[in-house]
Amino acid sequence: MIKEENKIFKNLYNDFGWEIENSIKRNDWNNTKEIISKGREWIINEVKSSELRGRGGAGFPTGLKWSFAPKEVGSRPHYLVINADESEPGTCKDRDILRFEPQKLLEGCLIAGFAVNAHTCYIYVRGEYYNEGKRLQEAIDQAYKKNFLGKNACGSGWDFEVYIHYGAGAYICGEETALLESLEGNKGLPRLKPPFPALVGLYGCPTIVNNVETVAVVPTILRKGAKWFSSIGKPKNTGTKIFCISGNVNNPCNVEEEMGIPLKDLIEKYAGGVVGGWDNLQAVIPGGSSMPLLPKNICETITMDFDSLVKAKSGLGTAGIVVINKEQDIIKCMARIAKFYKHESCGQCTPCREGVGWMWRILERTAKGESTYRDIDLLSDVTKQIEGHTICAFGEGASWPVQGLLRHFRKEIEKKCTGTPIVKKKRNVPYLIDQHLLEKENA
Amino acid sequence: MSLKEVYNEQPNIFKFSDKNQKIVDEILKKYPNNNKKSAVMPLLYLAQKQNDNWIPLAAMKYIAKFLSIPYINVYEIATFYSMYNLSPVGKYFIQVCTTSPCLIRGADKLVKVCKEKISSKERKLSENKRCSWMEVECLGACVNAPMMQVNNDYYEDLNENNANKIVESLLNDKPLKPGSYRGRRNTSPEKDKNLNGNSSK
Amino acid sequence: MPKITINGKEIEFDKGMTVLQACELANVEIPRFCYHEKLSIAGNCRMCLVEMEKSAKPIASCAMPATEGMNIKTNTEFVEKARKGVMEFLLANHPLDCPVCDQGGECDLQDQSLYYGVDKSRFSENKRFVKEKYMGPLIKTQMTRCIHCTRCIRFATEVAGVSELGAIGRGEDMEITTYLEKSMESELSANVIDLCPVGALTSKPYAFEARPWELKKTESIDVMDAVGSNIRVDTYGWEVKRILPRINNEINEEWISDKTRYACDGLLKQRLDTPYIKKNGKLAKTTWEEAIELICNKINVTDPKLIGAHVGDMVSLENIFSFKKFLNTINCTNYDFRERNFYINSSDKINYLFNSSISGIEKSDLILLIGCNPRHEATMVNARIRKAFVKNKTPIYSLGDVGDLTYKYNIIGDTTETFKEIIGGKNEFSRKFLSSKKPIVIIGESALELKSGKFIFEEIKEFLFKNNFINKNWNALNILSQNASTVGCIDLQFFNEKKDDGGTFFKKIKNNNFELIYLLGSDNFELVKKNEFIIYQGSHGDRGAEIADIILPSPAYTEQDGMYINLEGRLQECRKASYPAGQAKEDWKIFNLIIKKLKNEKLFHNYEDLKKLTLGQIKNFSGIDSLPNKIFKNNKKLNSEFFNEKILINEIDYYFTNSIARASKTMSDCRNVKIKSLKEGTNN
Ligand SMILES: Cc1cc2nc3c(=O)[nH]c(=O)nc-3n(C[C@H](O)[C@H](O)[C@H](O)COP(=O)(O)O)c2cc1C
Ligand code: SF4
Ligand code: FES
Repeated sequence: MIKEENKIFKNLYNDFGWEIENSIKRNDWNNTKEIISKGREWIINEVKSSELRGRGGAGFPTGLKWSFAPKEVGSRPHYLVINADESEPGTCKDRDILRFEPQKLLEGCLIAGFAVNAHTCYIYVRGEYYNEGKRLQEAIDQAYKKNFLGKNACGSGWDFEVYIHYGAGAYICGEETALLESLEGNKGLPRLKPPFPALVGLYGCPTIVNNVETVAVVPTILRKGAKWFSSIGKPKNTGTKIFCISGNVNNPCNVEEEMGIPLKDLIEKYAGGVVGGWDNLQAVIPGGSSMPLLPKNICETITMDFDSLVKAKSGLGTAGIVVINKEQDIIKCMARIAKFYKHESCGQCTPCREGVGWMWRILERTAKGESTYRDIDLLSDVTKQIEGHTICAFGEGASWPVQGLLRHFRKEIEKKCTGTPIVKKKRNVPYLIDQHLLEKENA
Repeated sequence: MSLKEVYNEQPNIFKFSDKNQKIVDEILKKYPNNNKKSAVMPLLYLAQKQNDNWIPLAAMKYIAKFLSIPYINVYEIATFYSMYNLSPVGKYFIQVCTTSPCLIRGADKLVKVCKEKISSKERKLSENKRCSWMEVECLGACVNAPMMQVNNDYYEDLNENNANKIVESLLNDKPLKPGSYRGRRNTSPEKDKNLNGNSSK
Repeated sequence: MPKITINGKEIEFDKGMTVLQACELANVEIPRFCYHEKLSIAGNCRMCLVEMEKSAKPIASCAMPATEGMNIKTNTEFVEKARKGVMEFLLANHPLDCPVCDQGGECDLQDQSLYYGVDKSRFSENKRFVKEKYMGPLIKTQMTRCIHCTRCIRFATEVAGVSELGAIGRGEDMEITTYLEKSMESELSANVIDLCPVGALTSKPYAFEARPWELKKTESIDVMDAVGSNIRVDTYGWEVKRILPRINNEINEEWISDKTRYACDGLLKQRLDTPYIKKNGKLAKTTWEEAIELICNKINVTDPKLIGAHVGDMVSLENIFSFKKFLNTINCTNYDFRERNFYINSSDKINYLFNSSISGIEKSDLILLIGCNPRHEATMVNARIRKAFVKNKTPIYSLGDVGDLTYKYNIIGDTTETFKEIIGGKNEFSRKFLSSKKPIVIIGESALELKSGKFIFEEIKEFLFKNNFINKNWNALNILSQNASTVGCIDLQFFNEKKDDGGTFFKKIKNNNFELIYLLGSDNFELVKKNEFIIYQGSHGDRGAEIADIILPSPAYTEQDGMYINLEGRLQECRKASYPAGQAKEDWKIFNLIIKKLKNEKLFHNYEDLKKLTLGQIKNFSGIDSLPNKIFKNNKKLNSEFFNEKILINEIDYYFTNSIARASKTMSDCRNVKIKSLKEGTNN
């Protein structure tokens, strides 16, 4: 369990006020100038040795990412872009940072911007977060008033502008290159990589994209030291993390905890336990809808960090924990997630455009008991034909949850596959022979 | 996402109001000189706001010309992003999140309320033309499920009962306050109360 | 050179290549749908997946830059599985309606499904329905067949320069359309039909006309303008069913203009298939004998000085040459090919060619247009200019306002005075021009038609020579000819530069000085007939035939072999794809007949003879299909007079520029759409 003093987001529930005065009391903007004066190298190294990994889903080491930005600014300016598109089902952590800890984010932006040579930062807020965006703008205005941002920000000698850009309802714009496209005034279609945004990003300029939470923890890390951060959690999975616990729990909530905390602890201690008791647990999606679900037996012992979850064939993702109890029809739940992906696919690449809707339709049929045993293999094939064949990771995000379902709940699906297939048994019938006729002949 | 239908009664002209034109100027300042195209999304949003929450074709044209980009590109963008309405919606536009985290906590009940109180079909106006509703994907407030968005505001921690009251209030043009309907502090855990989701009977 | 291993074989590749291109170098074929050499990379169909060492996922070879030491495999089970998966998805929502699809037989999807398709469809859901879209008179749509490769969109925005196509909606509901289903406003629009790898965009005029394997295919040359686009003529019996582009990167790359492609239905209409004679003010059918007899009589009684002749816009070199030889035999020296009088200096070949060559446009670093509208006068040249603009950001300037050229250009003035200032170094543009390394000046016929036409040409040439912009490696001087026959006519001297007693040819025509006028395929020539006796020889009952007293039918360009010199000076061969209509005879044979009757002589023994003689006349000839040998000697500038005047650019009725196009229903549909949109504007 986390020690109170190790919590970074003390105002997660707005117990102490979000305004800049209150933030300053909580140590924000305390010695920013000093931190910046230690130079880029130092900042990046410190972030590297803190072993901070991106909180946006992929868990990429943040310090390493920053070091990809060209050391010298060439003819093109550098940009910092903050990913506040939070749309992964099960996730609502960035929202709390935007509303209640905006100064942590802004201070992080200044430091990150300085570290990657960017004078301009865009914060891409999902369009639905109208009020959160408004709040963030107030916070930005307050920071400008205090000269924490703008020309010679915080007296650091670094000019730094921060702008908000709203999305307009498209999950795919959370994918970093789709986000850049969207920011450039296009449809949010992910770009082909390489080139990577660190070299060719926004407006063709070197750009670093980070999640809100990733950047918001940086000032505290630099203030308290990389050692402090890396001592929390597990090796390579360090620090604290905001977990969102939703679904069939008694008290759904957001909490900041240490990385590597047992999942069971989170559910029992913070979220008031599974509705109907722990034994009523059916499955948990541990990291937002893109991550494969885990059945109860794994949930007993699993710890919440990147590497353990990968070992369990799932992932920490955004740490959006969705608890599903036994009263739910697991197939329906997953069919709904598949529908989400069908709705949100950008549609540019074939496997995702054609495959995700197909998956949804099979699952929907299955939930209604209209599928046949053949559909199980078909479904599994479809997920594999999508996975790894797409431009962006949406393909994985869409097929993993279904693969998780197939992996752990195959029996339940088989029970539902009661429809009668045209051909009763699998048989190796040569190509071009009409299977209908064959059946009759045998009958 | 099924293709959006363009409303068949279109106004002929569109222009930003003086007040909004000032906002336009502010928006343009955010982006580098050669990249004013970036403003297309905020401008569409502003146009939607000015035009009772939906975007007429004339506005798309206006914006396309204003930013010197082809019409088709603006049209593509307006149909790509789900928040742009291309036909009128109610004064109170209710978006019910029905993605899994909300669904398993009873989002279907909210949908039922909307169907009964507002209109049997999504995007269809209520009889008094004040409200319309639709199902949407995850709105990023999963720990406050089930929830719905009315215009800009989130109504959270709902159940059938208070959803009914809220919709009622909207139909009567006296909207209830947004926020949590279980009186909790934002996303904090409530240790003392036993707040079963709708699913537990 | 860096090396890459493909299927165990190490090959060298050029820096900047993609894995797919490297595979092609190694003769390994990669299936594809979205990738197209001439378009930007989209990487969205995912058909070109290959295995790359150290990558857990297959990579899209079309989008992956090849790098030193890469190890690529394309023949593994892993790759096959990936491609089969993609193919299954592509076919899932595809209607599989090959039997009623015009693309059948030349469909990429059909072909590739042979290799990667699964034997049975596992997709048991309802197939997606997509509404048909209106895209104008040329493009027929069947959007359920669309595989969303976005080639059409990329073509429209990148090559054609009209951003009118787009993909609306998203995910599986994405649809390709024009803005509010407007017709596409481009002279290149129908190329999307070739680009579409499936049958979603097919040819409207050719709908359900034929299957590709039924057609006879003839490689030929287009004559709708002076570009000489390379085409393939597909015929079924006598009928030309369709015309398609042939790849020639020097000229038209992979594209052709809509006129080149679709004027061909004009080959079936308004045809002259038998000789006619005007009797009592009415044209009546007659025999060849009678017609020739009458012509001979006329020639015999007319003073050669009072005979005039004009050759039209689509006449081949052989026919120009035989016509000239025929005229010389009857002592006629009054002939021309120009539709309006413009300045020509034929003393040296560089004086009337597009010297930098079409592909050279891409190498230039500044383009100056003087009195021309390349979009309408030479569509493919315009496409090249656009390419230079898009790819190299080449700045483009114009003397004269030409309207929308599909790219941005600066108008630096519209008077000859400005021109004079530039030449004299008194305009700020002079500095820009002089500091460029490989500038191009393109002079249109409209400029040469001005009173200052001669001044413009002679001065700019002098200016370019003086500043070393005409040298061994670069020639900035370009004339934009409009007609397929123009350069050939100048080469064969089918015009008279000398002014004799009655003034120029044009003055004589205007003053109705001629008694007998012989028109060879000449339909665009302004002639107000008074008492002249007019012989029209050509393929179509168009403007020339309308005023004729005798009509002699001859074949159109698809019905006889013939050579043409394009505006670059490139000599190419147009081949006989079909046979002449009715009793029509090849032009040179007709001249033979007349001379035989008149003088009992033969002009030419056979076609080979004619061809050899003609080739002997071509200046600086270097070989078929290649650019001419050029001589760079600075001839003395000819003195000329300056007039201060406005540089006007003649409007062209694009879809109606010649007799074939005017006979074409498709062209007139296109024209009507254009007129309508001009009237109503695109703004609603
Ligand atoms: C389909 C898809 C959706 C994503 N959505 C989000 C998102 O909503 N918010 C986010 O921060 N990152 C999202 N990501 C991850 C981003 O692409 C990117 O990895 C992240 O912003 C990098 O920030 P980090 O290094 O700080 O984690 C998404 C990725 C994919 C493939
Ligand atoms: S995987 Fe899906 S979301 Fe990602 S680029 Fe392809 S179609 Fe778009
Ligand atoms: S050809 Fe490479 S993805 Fe389409």
